[in-house]
Amino acid sequence: MASSAAFRICPTTGLKVNLAAEKLIKANAVAAIVFLAIGGLFGLLVALTRWPAVHFLPADWFYLALTAHGLDVLIVWIIFFEMAVLYFASSVLLNCRLAGPRWAWAGFVLMLVGAVTTNVAVLQGQSSVMFTSYVPMMAQPPFYLGIILFAVGALIGCFVFFGTLVVAKQEKTYEGSIPLVTFGAMTAAIIAVFTIASGAIILIPTLLWSLGLVSYIDPLLYKTIWWGMGHSSQQINVSAHVAVWYAIAAMVFGAKPLSEKVSRMAFLMYILFLQIASAHHMLVEPGFSSEWKIFNTSYAMYLAVLGSMVHGMTVPGSIEAAQRSRGLTKGLFEWLRKAPWSNPAFSGMFMSLVFFGFIGGISGVVMGTEQINLIMHNTLYVPGHFHGTVVAGTTLAFMAITYLLVPLIFRRELKFRKLAQWQPYVFGVGAAGISLFMMGAGTLGVSRRHWDMTFADAQLPFDYPSAAFLMMGLNGIAAVLATLGGIMFVVIVVGSVFFGRKLGENEKPSYPEVPPSAVAVAHYGSSQSLRIPGTAMLVGVFFIAFVLYYFVNWKYLSEVWPLS
Amino acid sequence: MAITPPSERVWWKEPIAKVELVWILIAFVWGLIMFFMMIYWHGAGEQNLSNEAYKITPVRFSQRAQAMIDQYTVRQEGIYPVVHPPPGSDVYLIARLWQWWPILELEKDQTYRLHLSSMDWQHGFSLQPVNINVQVHPGYDMVVTIKPDQAGEYGVVCNEFCGIGHHNMVGKIYVVE
Repeated sequence: MASSAAFRICPTTGLKVNLAAEKLIKANAVAAIVFLAIGGLFGLLVALTRWPAVHFLPADWFYLALTAHGLDVLIVWIIFFEMAVLYFASSVLLNCRLAGPRWAWAGFVLMLVGAVTTNVAVLQGQSSVMFTSYVPMMAQPPFYLGIILFAVGALIGCFVFFGTLVVAKQEKTYEGSIPLVTFGAMTAAIIAVFTIASGAIILIPTLLWSLGLVSYIDPLLYKTIWWGMGHSSQQINVSAHVAVWYAIAAMVFGAKPLSEKVSRMAFLMYILFLQIASAHHMLVEPGFSSEWKIFNTSYAMYLAVLGSMVHGMTVPGSIEAAQRSRGLTKGLFEWLRKAPWSNPAFSGMFMSLVFFGFIGGISGVVMGTEQINLIMHNTLYVPGHFHGTVVAGTTLAFMAITYLLVPLIFRRELKFRKLAQWQPYVFGVGAAGISLFMMGAGTLGVSRRHWDMTFADAQLPFDYPSAAFLMMGLNGIAAVLATLGGIMFVVIVVGSVFFGRKLGENEKPSYPEVPPSAVAVAHYGSSQSLRIPGTAMLVGVFFIAFVLYYFVNWKYLSEVWPLS
Repeated sequence: MAITPPSERVWWKEPIAKVELVWILIAFVWGLIMFFMMIYWHGAGEQNLSNEAYKITPVRFSQRAQAMIDQYTVRQEGIYPVVHPPPGSDVYLIARLWQWWPILELEKDQTYRLHLSSMDWQHGFSLQPVNINVQVHPGYDMVVTIKPDQAGEYGVVCNEFCGIGHHNMVGKIYVVE
C-alpha cells in the first residue's frame, strides 16, 4: 500500500507526518468534537433542569437527557479524541507509518455506527436507564448493541496503536526509547484494552438478556464488572490527559521531563493499579468484605494516587525548569507569572492540571475512602468529583492541545484568536464551578440523578436545606458559563478547520506562539542543577489542602448516626 | 523533550533530583496513612458497615417485613403504617417502585438491625439530613446496625435512579426520645 506510507515533513517540528495517520487524526478529532457539542448540550439541559428556579425539562426528558449526556461525553467524546491522541503519539511522534490504516478506518466506522445507534436508542425514549444501565432496569437492545460496537471499534484502534509501535521499532524510525508522551499514550491504550474487555464481558450477556435469550443477570455481579469498564474508561482519560500535559509542556516550552525514570514509573503505577479502583463504586453495596473494599478502593495502598501526585509535581516542575533555564529566575514564581497566559494551549493545560489535582483528585480520594463514602455515595458529590476530573481535567486538556493540533495537523491558521485566548478561562471557571457547587450540594445530601429536589409530588414530604437550593442555582450559572466556553471552543475549531487560511507547505504557523529557544531547552542541566522551588511550594500547598480536607471529612463522618 | 525519545539513551540510570525523591516519599507515606486510617476506623470509629448480607427473594423479604408491620404498627399516616419495633430487634424497610415501606419509628440511643432490600430495581437509601447513603439491591438483604443518636423526623430519599417516579420515592423515619 503505497498511499499508507506517504509522508510530509512538518515545517515546525521537522517530524515526518504520515498522511494516512493525519487523516485518521482529523476524522477522530472531528467526530469527538461533534459528540462533545451534542453531549454538552444535553448537559446544559440537565443543569437547567436541576436549577430549581428554572426546572427546564419535564421528568421523562430530563432522565433521557441525562442518559444521553453521560454516554456522549463520558464515553463517545473522550474515546474518539483519545483515538486521535493514540495515532498522534504513535505515528507522528515516532515518524512512522500507521500500521493497518484500513483497520483504523474500520474501527472508526464501528465507533461512529455504535455511537449513533446508542444515541438513537436513547432518543427514542425507551432507554432512559442512565449511563450505568444497572440491571434489572432494561434498555432496548440497540442501546447495548451500540455501546458494544463502539467498544469493538475502539479496541481495533488500540491494536492499530500497538501495531504502529511494533512497526516503528522494526523499521527503526526512532532512536532509543519511545518518547514519554508515547509511553503515556501506551498506558492509556493498555488500560483501554482492560476496560473494553470488562465491558464486553458484561454488556454482551446484558444484550442477550434484553433480547430475552438470557433470563437473569445478578445486579451485584453486573455492577462489579460494569465498573471495570465504567471507572477504568475514566482512567484511560487520566493517562491520556497526563500525556497531553507533558506534550503541551514540551511543545510550548520545550520542557524536558525532570526525570524520565520517575515519570515513566508514575505511568507504570497507573497500568498496575488504576483499574482496581472500580471498587470505589461498591463501598456501600451488600456482599463485599471490608478487606476487599480497603485494598481495592485504595489502589493497593494508594499507589496509583502516588503516580498522579508524582505527575502533579513533574509536569509543572519541567515547565519551571525550562522557564528558569530561559532566564526567568526571579523569586519563586517569575517563571509562572511570565508564562504565556494568553496562549490557550498553555492556559488550558495549566488550569486542567490545577483543577484535576485540587478538585477532582482530592475529592476522588476522599470519596473513595471506605467509610467516608457512606456520607457521599450517590449524592451530587459524585458528579461534582468527576466533573472535576473529566471536564475541568480531561476535557480542558484535550481542548488545550486542539489549539496546537489545528495548525500542525489540520494545517489551518487558527481563527478568532481573541476568543481563543479567553476560551480556556470561561470553560475552566465554569467547569470548576460545576464541580464545586455539586460537591457542596452533595455534602448537604442532595441526590444525584434526581428531577425534583422539592419532592412536590411525593406521598411523603421532605425538604432539603435552603443552602442546597442555592448550590443548585449556582451550579446552573456555572453550567451556563461552561456551555458558553464550550460553544466558543466549537466555533473556534470548526471555524478554523473549515474557514481558516490554509497554511503553505513549508509555512510555520504563527499562532499559538512557540518560544524560539524551545529546542535549546531540551538539553538543560542534570539532576544536580535542578531547582524548582516554585513547584515545590505549589505541591506543598496542594498537600496541605489534601490533608486538611481529608480529615475534615472524617470529622463529618464521625458526627452521623453510629453504624456497625 | 517529552515528545522525543529521551536524550540520554540509558535514562533509567540517570540520578533522580532530591526534590522529586522527597515528594515521592511524602506521597508514599501519605498513601500509607490514608490506607491505615480506614483500618483504624474499623476499631476506633463508630461508623462502619457490618458487611452482613444475605441472598433473599423479594417475596420472602416482603413476608418478613409484613410480619413486623402486623405485629408493631402503632398508627396510620395516610396509606403508610407507622411501625414501632422493640429496640434491638430486626427492622425491615422495603424499597420498591416508588416507596420506602413502612414508616419506622425508632427510639433514640437504641440499636436496631435494619434490613434493606429491593422488590424490583436498584434503589438508594439516603437518610436525610443525616446523610447516610447505602445501595439497595433486589435479591440481597443488607443488614446495617444503626443507633439513632438524635430525636426528630428524618427523610429517606431514593438516590439511585429507578425510573420515571424516582424523584417521588421518599420515606420517613421518626426517632423518639
